[in-house]
Amino acid sequence: MAILRTEELTYVYSEGTPFEKTAVDHVNLEIQEGEMVGVMGHTGSGKSTLIQHFNGLLKPTSGKIYLDGRDIWEDKDKIRDVRFKVGLVFQYPEYQIFEETVYKDIAFGPKNMGLDEAEIKRRVLETANDIGISEEMLERSPFELSGGQKRRVAIAGVMAMEPRVLILDEPTAGLDPAGRDKILGLIKKYHERTKNTILIVSHSMEDIARFADKILVMNKARLFCYDTAVNVFSRAEEIEQIGLDVPQITRVFGDLRRSGLDFGKEVYTVGYAKELLLKKLREKEVR
Amino acid sequence: MLKDITIGQYFPGESVIHRLDPRFKIIITLLFIMMLFTGDSVWCLIIGAVFTVMSILLSKIPVKMFAKSIKPLLPFLLITALLNLFFVSTGEVYWQWKFLKLTSDGVNISVFMIIRIVLLLAGSSLLTYTTSPITLTDAIERLLSPLKKLKFPVHELSMMMSIALRFIPTLVEETDKIMSAQKARGAELDSGKMTTRVRNLVSILIPLFISAFRRADELATAMECRCYNGGSGRTRLRQMNCSARDYIALGITVLFFAAVIAADKLIPNIF
Amino acid sequence: MSNIIEIRSLRFAYASEDENTEPAEVLKGIDLQIEEGEFVAVLGHNGSGKSTLAKHLNGILLPTGGKVYVDGIDTADEKRLFELRQRAGMVFQNPDNQIVSSIVEEDVAFALENLGVPYEEMRARVDDALKAVNMYDYRMHSPSQLSGGQKQRVAIAGIIAMRPKCIILDEPTAMLDPQGRKEVMATISRMNREYGITIILITHYMDEAAQCGRVVVMDKGRIVLDDVPKKVFSQVELLKKIGLDVPQVTELAWELRKAGYDISPEIITEEECTAAIMELFGTAMKE
Repeated sequence: MAILRTEELTYVYSEGTPFEKTAVDHVNLEIQEGEMVGVMGHTGSGKSTLIQHFNGLLKPTSGKIYLDGRDIWEDKDKIRDVRFKVGLVFQYPEYQIFEETVYKDIAFGPKNMGLDEAEIKRRVLETANDIGISEEMLERSPFELSGGQKRRVAIAGVMAMEPRVLILDEPTAGLDPAGRDKILGLIKKYHERTKNTILIVSHSMEDIARFADKILVMNKARLFCYDTAVNVFSRAEEIEQIGLDVPQITRVFGDLRRSGLDFGKEVYTVGYAKELLLKKLREKEVR
Repeated sequence: MLKDITIGQYFPGESVIHRLDPRFKIIITLLFIMMLFTGDSVWCLIIGAVFTVMSILLSKIPVKMFAKSIKPLLPFLLITALLNLFFVSTGEVYWQWKFLKLTSDGVNISVFMIIRIVLLLAGSSLLTYTTSPITLTDAIERLLSPLKKLKFPVHELSMMMSIALRFIPTLVEETDKIMSAQKARGAELDSGKMTTRVRNLVSILIPLFISAFRRADELATAMECRCYNGGSGRTRLRQMNCSARDYIALGITVLFFAAVIAADKLIPNIF
Repeated sequence: MSNIIEIRSLRFAYASEDENTEPAEVLKGIDLQIEEGEFVAVLGHNGSGKSTLAKHLNGILLPTGGKVYVDGIDTADEKRLFELRQRAGMVFQNPDNQIVSSIVEEDVAFALENLGVPYEEMRARVDDALKAVNMYDYRMHSPSQLSGGQKQRVAIAGIIAMRPKCIILDEPTAMLDPQGRKEVMATISRMNREYGITIILITHYMDEAAQCGRVVVMDKGRIVLDDVPKKVFSQVELLKKIGLDVPQVTELAWELRKAGYDISPEIITEEECTAAIMELFGTAMKE
């Protein structure tokens, strides 16, 4: 069953003022449990507004959001529970850290859930382990840590609520390649362990291509497409037309196709491109 | 939402009032305030009102905006008016009950007071409606510049003020973001027990302060890299050139002021 | 001297708080000459010392050992600090934290105001600078109405207005979306091409470095590579080892080469990659 489903979801900013702007326009979407989804779109395409609807931070102007089959706005007083089920990690999450120790900061969410100390402790230790924070670090002040470590602490703070859906808004923004690989790797590991649904917003097509099973593309407040990575990147030309990048390797294979060397449209990672080319080269040699 | 808060209430425009030299606008506003509190004849008030209405019309700013600026102060106005109405005991007594007295002076004073304050609010709103906060800061710096000789830190204060103005939208946006982030971690900000709410406020203030300090630090470096060295020897891109228009405006104000003084001295009060 | 930047065995260590511990050296002997008009990328992961190096180029930090000369000025010469900073302007990572004024054109004028440039000249220089970065139409806007890329262009205009010989940009695109990154890269390469301004771009994005004329790679406080992009990126193993990316096309070529195919290791653009693959299949087919 779909863990998240939207029905004609629409959100209008500053309704009734001269600044009125439709940020999300009649979006219908079904995300299955356990999927790893890459979310892409321009700044201002509505993707950030969309994800803030999934955990009830924004209330739709019209339309519905179902979490696990239940309308999340059915009972307004229970909206906080939705936030525990759909964890949202904002951009540059390290700027929300405030506690004296790493442990306490990770425990902030679980504490707000009203869990008992033993359960909080279990969760903090488990997520800290998941996201590569050593036990020795837990008693330190988060402000002494490096940028990458702080970001991992902040992500752990949301993971510790054990949400069924974890949404991360540009978790690698501003990090260097090593920091980026580390965070993406840890998220992937977390996904494998928990089998939870994960949505990652990213501007980097190369990154999305590496981790996502499915890709959600927003364009001008509308859902442009939601499909498997192979299918989305095989529409490379359309994606480029709406002004988004596709991985460099996909562009090269597009050029090759136009020059008469057609290796199919589904190339979007270097690893796959290499295997494909080696196979084709061997075939040519045999002939 | 926090983003909806507007600071300074500036309405960009091209009217005569908008284009006046901000320094003259400040001086004129000060003269106008003095004018309102000069004399107690009804003519003085009428002249003041004419001046206010004329300026508002010239500014082309919708009258309802002025009503809006007065509205929050309305309860305060009414209470003071009522106090004056019943507790001023001089003049002809119209009505009396125990210690409450309704006298002619009481009526006069409260009516005068209400009109004066309304005019005062409308006039000063006109200044902020037609002048951007940053121009206003700049004009105040220039008007106060003679104080530099007395070692009064005019430039520093104005620089602080303009940086504050520059960063208000940034910090408001940041507060919004931090609030959303903490809400996403289940922080209750508008409901729940008092102690949890205070605790949750901390979860917003600490990140906000840390961010503000970081920004201040980076901004200071960036300013130094662009050769900032305090106020001495600076020139300005924003030129304030007073033209004939400004002197005419000032002249008109002075005339109105003179008329108020004349009315106060020459025309007998009808009350 | 035709070298605009002359760095001689530069060493730097932050003063340590604890007297007993040796202060950790961030820069461990850097020698670097940059000629006027060059477009140089300094590539390195976080903590490689690249930002520390940048801060030495206009006297924000002073060497603990060695010398730095910019256009013949010793950066340690306090009397010539403002002269130095006029010649070597600096653009920082966070676009918000370097804009001083609430009006775009006044921000661009900030340095000129500080230097006491007379009004007529200031007006002309501000307008020229705004036109150079294509922000003239936004001159009366407030920075909060601008996108990240636009803010960075305003920051660049603020430096251009000083008529510097050299601009140092410390990760100017790290916080921008792809659109903003393109705008900023286009702007700085134009500054280099049309105005002959020496550009030193600190970055960890390899695609940006690939657009420069020369790439200096730093690791652990030392320069490990210094060459044209082609030569630098052909060192795929070394770059990966020190936590950096290579362009996907370079990586693909490297993989194919490893598998025994005759393909140039110096491929850094899509066109080169497409051509090389075509050739590979052309020759393979002939056999």
